[in-house]
Amino acid sequence: MAAYMSAGRSENAFSTHDFVPEWAQEEVSTGTTIMAVEFDGGVVIGADSRTTTGAYIANRVTDKLTPIHDHIFCCRSGSAADTQAVADAVTYQLGFHSIELDEPPLVQTAANLFQQMCYRYREELMAGIIVAGWDKRRGGQVYTVPMGGMIVRQPVSVGGSGSSYIYGFMDSNYKPGMTKEECLHFCTQALALAMERDGSSGGVARLAAITEEGLERRVVLGHQLPKFSNT
Amino acid sequence: RFGQLSSGSDMAPDWTMKEVSTGTTIMAVEYDGGVVIGADSRTTTGAYIANRVTDKLTPIHDRIFCCRSGSAADTQAIADVVTYQLGFHSIELDEAPLVQTAANLFKASCYRYREELMAGIIVAGWDKRRGGQVYTVPVGGMLVRQPVSVGGSGSTYIYGYMDSNYKPNMTKDQCLRLVSGALSLAMERDGSSGGVVRLAAISETGVDRQVILGNQLPKWSTA
Repeated sequence: MAAYMSAGRSENAFSTHDFVPEWAQEEVSTGTTIMAVEFDGGVVIGADSRTTTGAYIANRVTDKLTPIHDHIFCCRSGSAADTQAVADAVTYQLGFHSIELDEPPLVQTAANLFQQMCYRYREELMAGIIVAGWDKRRGGQVYTVPMGGMIVRQPVSVGGSGSSYIYGFMDSNYKPGMTKEECLHFCTQALALAMERDGSSGGVARLAAITEEGLERRVVLGHQLPKFSNT
Repeated sequence: RFGQLSSGSDMAPDWTMKEVSTGTTIMAVEYDGGVVIGADSRTTTGAYIANRVTDKLTPIHDRIFCCRSGSAADTQAIADVVTYQLGFHSIELDEAPLVQTAANLFKASCYRYREELMAGIIVAGWDKRRGGQVYTVPVGGMLVRQPVSVGGSGSTYIYGYMDSNYKPNMTKDQCLRLVSGALSLAMERDGSSGGVVRLAAISETGVDRQVILGNQLPKWSTA
């Protein structure tokens, strides 16, 4: 069920043009680790900050947590171009809908807009997205829209290439009924573990907590991340 | 990119055309005085589970075992060869063989025939010189000693769990709990792993084997 990042090109020992570096031929991708957790009163979302073009790190301080509306964010994984384009389109659609409605939009609405676009253009897109936010009707909600365009609501969701490494940690450490601070701690640890193992994830850990009151963003720098190594 | 909905020949089922593989989860942990090794019990041919009670923990010598992942045929063949080579060597030496020797024999075969083989093996055991040791020989044929090693298709899901839960100088019982916990998490997430959890603890006194059935596995509250 993981929204994987896979390389756009096959690995060759020698590229056809030796004078063009490998990263100039690769698509820009957010090979990544993203996650979102519901708690009573809101959601906590998190992501690493690495964008790669092949082996080159094009951006080491990327912000993959993208606002879609005042209380709704999305976490982006896969092709950087595809996810930016889809997020921009959904931001427009949701803003228009919200003005017509004269009400803040539902998280479920935002998620379904993502799903419709990701499913319709599933053959062309490489986008794994987690939509999370708070609304008055159902409180904190997390919806995952992996590659292929399905949608499902989950209390916790992880995505991106680094997510495979933390399924075990997530299954064993997540408990329903955690507080906002516990969720932030859980996300920080999970992201640190994934960034340690996945070459396509790294940099800093970006976190955000979304509640009725609004948005609270945090950055955990490399040297402040929890350390787990035994070697 | 997203896989085919139907296989090439609609008359023959998927599993008659796929190689038998131990798509699997295996692991081994060193502790002071020995090692704990563990594996799931699922062997698949495509989507069919050819054996749901497989024993992937294979004895190579009295106090040396290997955990097999990858092609079932390849790993059985290699293990048989190494068992012979190590037995012969041990008789010549008139001593119990070293775990490092067994590991190097695995490495020699896996590296020489790396293009033909698909075998990821963890060698673990106890010897008098260095106590409990774990050596991993992944696909490609490198060799490295590690205090903890995980392997197989299900291993990716438990790297985070292992990194956060393993501490040096754990007791045998702590290791058993860590291994059974990790295996049950991996079996829950990996479609190619499942069945029962097989464990073995190897020390100076001998080998102590256990099976944990599906309904007795640790349960985690999940989403």
